[in-house]
Formats: sequence, C-alpha cells, structure tokens
Amino acid sequence: MKDQLFAYVLRLADDAAILGQRLGEWCGHAPTLEEDIGLANIGLDYIGQARALYTYAGEIEGKGRDEDQLCFLRHEREFSNCLLVEQPNGDFAETIAREFFFAAFMLPFWTRLKASRDETLAAIAAKAEKEAAYHLRHSAEWVIRLGDGTGESHERMQDAVEALWIYTGELFEVDDTLATLIADGIAVDPEPIRTEWRETVARVLSEATLAIPEEGYAQTGGRSGIHTEHFGHLLSEMQYMQRAYPGLKW
Amino acid sequence: MSEKATPLWEVFIRSRTGMAHRHVGSVHAADPEMALQAARDVYTRRGEGLSVWVVPSSAIVASDPDEKGMMFEPTGTKIYRHPTFYEIPDEVGNM
Amino acid sequence: MYTQALNTVDTASTVEDAEREAAFQGRIDAEEKIEPNDWMPEAYRKTLVRQISQHAHSEIVGMLPEGNWITRAPTLKRKAALLAKVQDEGGHGLYLYSAAETLGVSREELTEQLLSGKAKYSSIFNYPTLTWADIGAIGWLVDGAAIMNQIPLCRCSFGPYSRAMIRICKEESFHQRQGYELLLTMCRSSEEQKAMVQDALNRWWWPSLMMFGPSDKDSLHSAQSMAWKIKRFTNDELRQKFVDATVPQAHFLGLTIPDEDLKLNEETGHWEYGEIDWSEFARVLKGDGPCNRQRMKARRKAHAEGGWVREAALAYAEKRAARRAAKSAAA
Repeated sequence: MKDQLFAYVLRLADDAAILGQRLGEWCGHAPTLEEDIGLANIGLDYIGQARALYTYAGEIEGKGRDEDQLCFLRHEREFSNCLLVEQPNGDFAETIAREFFFAAFMLPFWTRLKASRDETLAAIAAKAEKEAAYHLRHSAEWVIRLGDGTGESHERMQDAVEALWIYTGELFEVDDTLATLIADGIAVDPEPIRTEWRETVARVLSEATLAIPEEGYAQTGGRSGIHTEHFGHLLSEMQYMQRAYPGLKW
Repeated sequence: MSEKATPLWEVFIRSRTGMAHRHVGSVHAADPEMALQAARDVYTRRGEGLSVWVVPSSAIVASDPDEKGMMFEPTGTKIYRHPTFYEIPDEVGNM
Repeated sequence: MYTQALNTVDTASTVEDAEREAAFQGRIDAEEKIEPNDWMPEAYRKTLVRQISQHAHSEIVGMLPEGNWITRAPTLKRKAALLAKVQDEGGHGLYLYSAAETLGVSREELTEQLLSGKAKYSSIFNYPTLTWADIGAIGWLVDGAAIMNQIPLCRCSFGPYSRAMIRICKEESFHQRQGYELLLTMCRSSEEQKAMVQDALNRWWWPSLMMFGPSDKDSLHSAQSMAWKIKRFTNDELRQKFVDATVPQAHFLGLTIPDEDLKLNEETGHWEYGEIDWSEFARVLKGDGPCNRQRMKARRKAHAEGGWVREAALAYAEKRAARRAAKSAAA
C-alpha cells in the first residue's frame, strides 16, 4: 500500500515537474511579452505543485529523500510522468495543445482528488484545482484563436492537435498500482473523466474550427518509465548541476 | 515597420483592501478576453488583486491639460465645502 | 531593472515658446510631475523616449543571460525563484514600454528599434552566464547596481516613468537578496563552490561598475537631465555608492574584489577603486561584446517565430467583431 501510494504521488509530481521544466524553456522567447509572462506563471504553478508532491512522496517513502533528490537524482527509467508532458515545446501551437489536453484532464482530476481519503493529497488538490482551471481557460482561448485565426495558424494548430493526440490516451490508463488505490478511495479513477475530457476537447476544437482526430492507438509507457527519446535530453539538462556536483548545497 | 499594432488596454485592479479599482498600467492584446488574461498574468503576480477591469485605451476620454484652469480652478475658492471652514468650540467635542 | 546612462541629450532646441519653456521648468523646479498630455519641450520628450525605451530594452534582453539557467537550476526552489525573477524582468520591460508609449511611440515601433539594432540596451547583458554562480552574481551585482540607479528614478519628473519605477523597485527588492543568498549558500557549502563564486565575481565586477555609464567628466548629458529631474545623481556618485555598499558584502562572503587599487579612504569613508577600462565599455556598447550578436539573434528569432501567433490573434479578433456586427445588423 505504501509502495503504491509512493508510486502514485511520484507520478503526479513527475507530471508537474516535467511540464514545469518545459514551460521554463519558453521564458524570454514567447510570441509576445504578455504571453511570456503568462507562460511563466503556468510554469511556476507546476513547479510549486511538483515541490509539494515530491516532498510528500519523500515522506511516504521514509528514506529521507527530499524534493530535490527525487527530482534531480532519479534515472530516466525511474521517472513515471505521462508522455504528453515531456513532448518538446515545438511551436507555440504545440505548447498550447499540450497544455490544453493536459489541463482538460487535470481540472476534473483535481476536483475529484479533493475527495481523496488521503488528506495531504486532498489539500494539494484543492490548491491545484484552481491553478488547473486557469491553465484550461488560458490554453482553450488560445486554441480557439489559433484554430480560427489565419490559414497558417489554423494549419499549425491542427498539426499540433494531431501530433499530440496519440499521447492523450495515456491519461486514462489504469494499471495495478492505480487500481489498488482507486479501490481504497485514495486515487482518482480516470475512466469517468474520459467523457468530460472529450466534451471539453470537442467543444473547444469545434469552436476553433479544428477537426477532432479519430480515436486511435494510444501510446503509453510513461507510467512504467518507458519514455520518448526526448526525455533523456530533458533530464540531462534538468539534472546537470546535481550530477556534475554531487552532494553539495545550493 | 509593417507589423500591425495590437491594441492597448488600460488595467484597473481592486485590491484586497476593498478600495475602488485603481489604474495600475496597461497591456497589449487583440481582444477583451486576452486582455483580461494578460492583465491577470502581468499585474497580479503578487496577490495584488481580487478584481480586474480592462478598458480599451482608445475608449478613454480625457480632459485637456490646457483647460486645467477652467476645469479645476473654480472649485479652489469654494472653501465653505470643507469642514474646517466652520468654527465649532472645542467643548462641543468631535463633529 | 537596468538603466544605463547611455543616452545623449538633444540640446538643439528649436525656436520654442520661451515662455512655455520657462513655465515648464518652473513646474519641474516645484517638483510637479509632468504628465503625457502636458506641454513639454521636444528635447525633453525625446530624451525620455530614448531613456525609457533603452531601459525597457535592457529588461527584455536581460531576460536572456539569466534565462539561460532556468532549465539547469540546481534545485526546485532555485528554479522557481529564477523563473519568477526573469519573468519579473519581462514585466518590468512591459511597464516601461507602456510608459514610453504614453509619449506617442508604439510597442511595435520600439520593438523594431531594438531588433534593427538602432536602439541601445545596457552593455552588461552582452556578457555570458557561464556557471550557476553567475546567476547569483547577476542578482547581487547587476541588480544591486540597477537598484542604485532606479531608486532615484522613482522621483523622476515624468509621471508615467516615475510610477513604473515605483512598481519596479517594489517588485525588485527580492532580486538582489535572492542573488546574495544564493552566493552565500555556495560559499558556505564548499571550497569548490566558493571558487566558482570568486570566478563569477572576477568576471562581473568591472562590467557592473560600467553599468553606471561614463565618468562624469565624459558624460554628455548629465546637466540637462539633472535640470529636468530625469536624473537626480551623477554617474560617478551612483557608482561610488554602489562600490561602498558592495565591497563589505564581498568581504562578508570571504571574496576578493578583482581590483588591486581598491582601498578604503579612512577620511572620506569611501572605497576608492581603480581605473575602469572604458575602451571595453565603448567596444561592448558598439556591438563587439562577447554576446551582442547572440542576444540580438535570440530576440529576432523569438519575434519572427511569434509573428504568426500575433497575426492569428488579430485576425480572430477582427473576424469575431465582424460576425458580431453582422449578427446585430440582422437582429
């Protein structure tokens, strides 16, 4: 039970840390100054969530590992974030599509996790829910503008939606770890979120005059540490300092 | 430069203290929703506000500084509008 | 966050209404704020547009050297602080562009001036951030120098600039502290890290002193800017204040300032420093610093790659307005 809870909290922490890392790459390079500041706000929300979740994971594990040891000293195969969040920023459309697909899942997810029997998770969820609500609003408004903007933006947005679609199915994956915790009233069952997620996506994409991709093959593997090739590069950059100068205080 | 100008919006924030919305600055955005998001992202990063207004800068009608005299000086002599104009003996207490 | 006294003043004032000019100077002398729609001498307007926009450009370009380390910050706490700080700089650039815009130049024009290389920005951002200690050194020295420059600007005679500076100074109070605390942590953690900090100080010290601009004897503009209360202290006065504040802080960290001539004058209480290499300053300002080309390239790339996004947002707004107009016409 403890092992499963540790694994579960770590998944959530990894999702937040990796997406925060990706958004940090944008800083100073966004399409407008206003948006640069907006993307940084979202990145900061994720880093904050990651810190709370890693700290809690460390407590559950009970081996004295803190947030930084969990984030900067685990290997590629030990990370259990979903594949969606590790996808490269690409153009602005890809960043927005990634944010939109993820937030459309995370908002109903956090809302449900508030009812978790695990009080710490419930408390983290209460805070994260409000953040996710804004992430969804922000990304949905952009999906609509890019989809229904110019010919070029429509094409880029449609490409982004299609490129990332294959990674959205993983959000609803239930493995043994998750099944045990769902049965115990600790974790959220993602299956009922599927309908809500599809509705959100359909509503926004259709307002954006974008085509909704067909249900198809869902690429999974992130939860068991089988990542995409981008991931190793992300880690080597993110973990550089702790790897190059082990055991020091910063 | 050929780039089309993105409209300017004035941002007003009501702080936690219950004061009226106050002008804090401006942002550029193509439409009202984007302006509101930009205002939130730019001007409330430190918990400054509980409510945000955005107004197209072009919608603001301002008084002409050259008419300052006509507009604002006539009230300067209406000192009877101020409480200090009236003398009340100290014994009466606060009024 | 960073102003640098790069600007020259247009002294060639046209045949302006002498009476108005005298009245204007009278308002400034009486510490009244000048607002955008008020009458002002053309040279005052030009000086302000140039100074405020240079200041704004510096904030925006200044995001790049520090942004270089966001993805490599050694801890999550440091990552969050750095991202927030670099984001603040973007915000400060935005406030300053807005202040400049009240004088009748658009954001698009100002951006164009930066990207075309016509406008200048602070020379300090043309130096590279090579190690994590550089992030601390920038916070401590570069932000420290900026604060010295900026606090007097809160009382600048031009209302929108002064208001922007008040907001900026308030937000920036954490920047210098986070930098110094970062260095303190490193210096206390190990000799290896302390050596990294010393190396960063060696590289950032002199460029930081140059941030205050040319020495007073070579400065073209001080007198007029002081009379207009755009500037309140001379470059050398501010530089001296900075040195006096910073040297003891370096000693507290156990570091050596890379200046063999540095010594405390017991009588005046000031730290006297060696000769600044003004040829380096001029060279970097002219475009031949270690990173000038990379900085401009990065800004141009971001601007070019964001073009389709800005176009899309405008196109959508137009379409929607047209749709609404058609709808209400039909109703």
